[in-house]
Amino acid sequence: MCVGVPAKIIEKHEYSAVVDVMGSQTNVGIIFVPEVELGDYVIVHAGQAISIINEQYAKESVVEWRKMVDARNSEPIF
Amino acid sequence: MREILNQSSNPEIIKPMLELVMEKAEMFKQRFHRKPVFMEVCGSHTHALAKSGIKQALKEYVRLISGPGCPVCVTDQRSIDSMIELSQGENRIICTFGDMMRVPGSKYSLMEERTKGKDVRVLYAPTDAIKIAEDNPEQEIIFLGIGFETTIPILALLMQEAEKKQLTNFSIWMTTKLVRPVLEYLLQSGEVALDGFLLPGHVSIVLGEENYSFLVDDYHISGVIAGFEPAELLSSVQKLVQLAYDGEAKIINDYPSVVTKKGNSAARNLMARYFEECDEAWRGIGTIAKSGLDIKPAYRQFNAKLKFNIKQQEPRKTKCRCGEIIVGKIDPEECPLFGKACTPRKPIGPCMVSDEGSCSAAYLFMRGLG
Ligand code: SF4
Repeated sequence: MCVGVPAKIIEKHEYSAVVDVMGSQTNVGIIFVPEVELGDYVIVHAGQAISIINEQYAKESVVEWRKMVDARNSEPIF
Repeated sequence: MREILNQSSNPEIIKPMLELVMEKAEMFKQRFHRKPVFMEVCGSHTHALAKSGIKQALKEYVRLISGPGCPVCVTDQRSIDSMIELSQGENRIICTFGDMMRVPGSKYSLMEERTKGKDVRVLYAPTDAIKIAEDNPEQEIIFLGIGFETTIPILALLMQEAEKKQLTNFSIWMTTKLVRPVLEYLLQSGEVALDGFLLPGHVSIVLGEENYSFLVDDYHISGVIAGFEPAELLSSVQKLVQLAYDGEAKIINDYPSVVTKKGNSAARNLMARYFEECDEAWRGIGTIAKSGLDIKPAYRQFNAKLKFNIKQQEPRKTKCRCGEIIVGKIDPEECPLFGKACTPRKPIGPCMVSDEGSCSAAYLFMRGLG
């Protein structure tokens, strides 16, 4: 019930939007993320977009994982 | 974005991350002579940890206990029975999330009632219930409102739509749960000793990172807000082990791409408009004060509990131990019915029905690994 799927906004209306989820299109509500823009990725829960994914932070997480991996490969952790 | 998603389950990243967690957990073990113990609060985390194999791989290193984060699992049997009982009246359409359909009631399940001809509908988007109410003015539409803070705003949205459209044939049977009161209950009861919480990613979208400061301020315990992909989970478990090793209590938002400091205020405002705190009964725990939200008296016309006279009966006793499982007292395998009398095909308790339930996750992904 709780896991949302990242969905891309491809059409925006006042209270709803058309999103693309892995190639299939569906309608979601956007009342909880009124600031959402075309091209943004959102987390959808029970038919409503509840959060806009911050791509910058998402990228930074990947960089952090890579750093962890590199650090592990080169030296003891503690 | 696709690239980022790919990386979050890339074996080249996950394998060393897993080894890193193991290494750190070993260090912890050497220092404290035991495994670090964390609770994943969210049922979707339970499922993701088991499905990805992380829980199994870390079994000897980190004890990950499933917590009270599966909505139907924590709903007490009386409430479940009452919701199923609602389907008995004439001219009613019961709308629900899929999880509720197969949850066994003391007498029958909603699925059985549907087979007998009752109108029970599973909705992916709860707002569809509004349309159903408009299309069926002669029928009473009742939405079964179960869920935590991720779902409650959507129930509030239903209220807003029903109010706007002045529906007289729509109501919600609310039995919602809040995360903070149950975490406080667990910490105060002291029944399970923990080194930290893996905090629920999507509930935190609504609540925000700052909402968890009570864990550190009042209980000196850490919490790491985690995502659901393997690399996200491992990153968060790794941070929990590090904090426990250092003896430090801290809240870390390890899912900053979707969780903000303050959470989603639009969602919280809508909740506050229609709902107020109420005492809620939790399976295996009993009533926790102010641990749920119910419809405010000003909107009583949408309150199914007031609209329909359902007498709560004493539930039938079973040997199901979901009540102990949701508070982390026992693991699913310790229930004598697990995998024998109780399987996902023939579930006896809600923990085996729901995708988010610990018994179903253990049955599907962890059997025979004990
Ligand atoms: S295995 Fe079945 S009966 Fe046992 S606790 Fe889990 S759901 Fe209940």
